[in-house]
Amino acid sequence: MLSYIVRRILIAIPVLIGITFITFALISFAPGDPISSMLMGNESLNPELAGSLRAFYGLDQPWYVQYATYLGNLLRGNLGISIASRAPIGKSILQFLPNTMLLAFSSMLVALLIAIPIGIISATRRNSLFDYGSLTLAMFGVSMPSFWLGLMLMLLFGLRWRVLPVYGMGDWSEGVWDVLSHLILPSLTLGAAMAALLVRLTRASLLQVLSQDYIRTARSKGLRQSVVLYKHGLRNGLLPVVTAAGLQFGRLLGGAFIVESIFSWPGMGKYALYAINVRDYPVIQATTLVFALSFVVVTLLVDIAYTVIDPRIRYD
Amino acid sequence: MRSRGKRREVCPDTRKECSRLQKALRTFVRNRLAVIGAVILTGIIVCAIFAPYIAPHPPLQMDLTNMHAPPGSPGHLLGTDNLGRDVLSRLIHGSRISLSVGLVVVSIAAVIGTAMGLLSGYYGKATDVVIMRLVEVFVAFPFLILVVAAIAILGPSLYNVMLVLGLVSWPIYARLVRSEVLAIRELPYIEAARAIGANNARIMFRHVLPNCLSSVLVTAAMSMAGAILSTAALGFLGLGVQPPTPEWGMMLNEAKQFLRRYPWEIFYPGVAIMLVVLALNFLGDGLRDALDPHLRR
Repeated sequence: MLSYIVRRILIAIPVLIGITFITFALISFAPGDPISSMLMGNESLNPELAGSLRAFYGLDQPWYVQYATYLGNLLRGNLGISIASRAPIGKSILQFLPNTMLLAFSSMLVALLIAIPIGIISATRRNSLFDYGSLTLAMFGVSMPSFWLGLMLMLLFGLRWRVLPVYGMGDWSEGVWDVLSHLILPSLTLGAAMAALLVRLTRASLLQVLSQDYIRTARSKGLRQSVVLYKHGLRNGLLPVVTAAGLQFGRLLGGAFIVESIFSWPGMGKYALYAINVRDYPVIQATTLVFALSFVVVTLLVDIAYTVIDPRIRYD
Repeated sequence: MRSRGKRREVCPDTRKECSRLQKALRTFVRNRLAVIGAVILTGIIVCAIFAPYIAPHPPLQMDLTNMHAPPGSPGHLLGTDNLGRDVLSRLIHGSRISLSVGLVVVSIAAVIGTAMGLLSGYYGKATDVVIMRLVEVFVAFPFLILVVAAIAILGPSLYNVMLVLGLVSWPIYARLVRSEVLAIRELPYIEAARAIGANNARIMFRHVLPNCLSSVLVTAAMSMAGAILSTAALGFLGLGVQPPTPEWGMMLNEAKQFLRRYPWEIFYPGVAIMLVVLALNFLGDGLRDALDPHLRR
């Protein structure tokens, strides 16, 4: 099994390098270059200054040298300096990333808490009214734009009924509930879309597992339905669900983008969006990189966890 | 005398067994949701094509004396927006943009992806490794992040949105086509074709490709739904089609600012988006059930 893990890590490395290359290349499509953004159109006044600045930042080097410098900086943890705030980007990211992680985790929790029970009941009461109802609801959930759901939830809970705050994250110093109450609406928004996906998956997976022979054996042994379901059925049936949830987590980090901007949640998404609006290219580059990297890492962890949970994979 | 066990599918006009297409059509029609999806989609396509004739008002016509009119106001069935423009007309014209972007994106992605998948699956070895690594790199990016970053850098416009979405969506098709090709490649008729002397290109296009098409079609329907959602998301972020062009996501963005005073305005564009995506999802599901050769009826 260790060799499998090592192999997966080795395969991930060229992908990581590819990611850095793409994020590096992305910036080269930007109109102008960082120096012209810094000088804000006043370049013609002092072309020598522009030239020497370019030399200082190494922008007159051929692209492969620039790329090598970029990689070297990355490996040392230097993500560059923001044009807008002149602050080192790495520090800002470290500030915002935990908030996004918090949102992503709670969204996934919400999604699992909603999806798994509904999926189980749907599978056990197949073709019942509940089943059709939940499937239809799941279809709607998958088709609904997340930002629309967020706005509707905000309207309902924040403006009409005024029970939950709609802005920001709250303060840890004001107690856990302050942050938690701010967390509810964004997590519901993000979690709902994922829940819709997971409901269908849980149901399908559980239906497939329950039709297996060993379930029939367990039943004919005289075991109670609940034991059959939980001890034998769920353990195997939830496997694809858990892996799918884990993979979706990586995408949550990115999709939180829009939800963070609606609810003004101070996370990576909002930071990246702000940078996009002011054309702060180093930040755009750095945040894209961090998102992609975390996605790859999460996928890798999920893959490895899968081999731990499912012994059948190990002897591949 | 016919046995009572199996019911043979016989076409009503000829007494022979139905062709695959007719069987697929019959399965499709039996799926009520899929039919509903197809009907809705046809309705939206009609809206999009005949938009200038159907819409009660020109979509860009502002009426600053009648801003934020509620739905049911005289002459404006769904009300007006913050500049007095008729919401219904803007929704109808917006369908043009959403549908056209969806179609273009899916076409670009499907063509590139299928080609890559064909090459990768058929030739194997080095080509396969290279293409699959490329696919993995693309898949490693959270979809929306890459799209948003690319648009931020290239500049928001309809053309850029189509281009970027198309270029980011091809990996799904590549993977799908590749796995199908790998399965088909070993079948006897391919070997037979090779024995007759057909060259690789002919085998790929004439024999392998047509059998992959049904899966590609199903994926295309589903991914068109995704493309429309992404377009709306980009519009919502202000990174898609620029105002005053009516685009559903952009309409939501504008309505968002008036959530407190005119809350109904966020309702209709969202419903429009959801309707199209739902219809496409139903359609895709129905297509998959109808065309899937692995499902035994």
